[in-house]
Amino acid sequence: MRDQIIATTSDRPVGLVRKALKLRRTKIGLSILIGVGLMAIVGPFFAPHTQTEFIDMPNSLNIPGALFGTDYLGQDVWSRFLIGGRSILLLSLGATTLGLIAGISLGLLAALSKGKIDELIMRIFDVILSFPQILLALLLVSMFDASPWLTILSVGLSTTPRVGRVIRGAALSVVERDFVNAAIALGESRFRILFFEVLPNVTGPLLVEANLRFTYSIATIASLAFLGFAPDPSAANWGTMIQENSTVIVIQPWGAVLPVIAIAVLTIGTGLFGDGLARVSAGIDRGKESVEQ
Amino acid sequence: MPIIKFITRRLGLGVVTLFAVSLLIFLVTQAFPSDPAQAILGRETTPESLDALRQELGLYRPAVTQFSDWLIGILHGDFGKSFVTQMQISEYIAPRVGNSLFLMVVGALLSVPLSVAIGAFSALRRDRRFDTISSTTSLILAAIPEFVMGTALILFFSTSIFHVLPAITLIDAGAAPWSDPSGVVLPIFTLVLAVTPYVSRTMRASMVEILESDYVEMARLKGMSERVVLIRHALPNALGPVFQVIALNLAYLAGGTVIVERLFNYPGIGSALADSVRARDLPVIQFLALMIAGVYVLMNLVADVATVLATPRLRTSLK
Repeated sequence: MRDQIIATTSDRPVGLVRKALKLRRTKIGLSILIGVGLMAIVGPFFAPHTQTEFIDMPNSLNIPGALFGTDYLGQDVWSRFLIGGRSILLLSLGATTLGLIAGISLGLLAALSKGKIDELIMRIFDVILSFPQILLALLLVSMFDASPWLTILSVGLSTTPRVGRVIRGAALSVVERDFVNAAIALGESRFRILFFEVLPNVTGPLLVEANLRFTYSIATIASLAFLGFAPDPSAANWGTMIQENSTVIVIQPWGAVLPVIAIAVLTIGTGLFGDGLARVSAGIDRGKESVEQ
Repeated sequence: MPIIKFITRRLGLGVVTLFAVSLLIFLVTQAFPSDPAQAILGRETTPESLDALRQELGLYRPAVTQFSDWLIGILHGDFGKSFVTQMQISEYIAPRVGNSLFLMVVGALLSVPLSVAIGAFSALRRDRRFDTISSTTSLILAAIPEFVMGTALILFFSTSIFHVLPAITLIDAGAAPWSDPSGVVLPIFTLVLAVTPYVSRTMRASMVEILESDYVEMARLKGMSERVVLIRHALPNALGPVFQVIALNLAYLAGGTVIVERLFNYPGIGSALADSVRARDLPVIQFLALMIAGVYVLMNLVADVATVLATPRLRTSLK
């Protein structure tokens, strides 16, 4: 049974996800992801008020028509909550995608090239890895005006070496195999070898890493908003909401409680889903769940 | 001595990395923005004040000179002056370094032994109740961002539910953090909750692997007591990979405290960084970024060396 699990590493991504979905944690994680994701994407259409509309006295509860009262500026907490997930989710997806594309390309290139190019790429990764993710993002927003693109770029940039290292590690054993040597001997282009010969053989670790990076992107982007560096500081955003309303938490808790729950649930969802993937992909810690089911 | 050669090589690499880090910081903050003075002062400003700031920043010098002057200044202990407070950076930062160090050290002293114990015990009790509960809990805790965790703690301990601990720290940058013990409980608690899951998960995985290894089985077969097997054979080898994670998390404590310090209004380097980014206080941003990244590089170096020194397998295989 255990051998079977380890042997799934080279499976196609769809097969891997299907196998992972036999685990309870993966099911729970995916349901949460879909639920919160759906709410964040379509939520804005159901918001009774606009995100910056003044509806009543600030920080009040028990207002007819406002389920969770008003926030510190007298805006509707429920509307802002429904609207405030979308940008975090989309920016995180964007940053993760950018980091994956760059990380995969550089990681594969390093593994295939070996020697000087490999060494150079790894040292550049080391330099970027010397910055905690949030620090690199803060450095960029400190001198350039915050915008969605800058957020995606800065978080994507700090994601790149983390993805790249994992992909390189996984690809190192693949590039030694005969079919890669055959492809080289046949004179296939380097691009073809990297993306059509090597990449399909590292999808297991790649999926796990992608999910992990998505979780951290959500955390970093929400944290940036919490620190006051959202692309649009007046727009509804779960991170911004927590920062704005945490000082009045005693009189009007909902403005902070709702986004706290949403972010926590979302990241737990991605965490559970990723752990399920990791177990199936590598049999990572070979716990009971992965062996029995 | 192969070990000395290894350490020297690793040190050299650290210095090169640090140089590249400082170059990256300089490029991002001073060279790439078409005009840092404009970025700092914003759009509504006069040509005179722009010119004055450019003079002060030395932006009229060639970029290479700007970079080398900055780096040489730092090597001589001259960190420059803050724009906003006009204070020497060293004066502004010194008390805050102490405060952050206090959070970091206490956080590490609590979380490292705790997570090593939890991880090792989980591995010994693999798939039993303790392991299931601790693994699931750490998986969930690891996923939640610190500021969300911290806000949840404030909700639990400082507001409606239990009103026992203050939600923010009320100490000045100059005062010692331990002068307000109840004010530092929640920040430290948040850090411990942020670090412990990672370290304990790594410890568990590493210990599980070691316990299945041939030499642990060999030691058992030789009839050694379980205690000796665990403490003399299993633990030292299991700790190797854990050092890496501990070091990374300590480094995280240096940089990641920016969130926790902001949340609890704690006067450390993290909140100083957030303040200086908001005020676009270029010299302070550059210095703090270099310092935090420097801690990261140093921690990684210490981890690499400690791993080799602590792991009997690696120590003997050094060439």
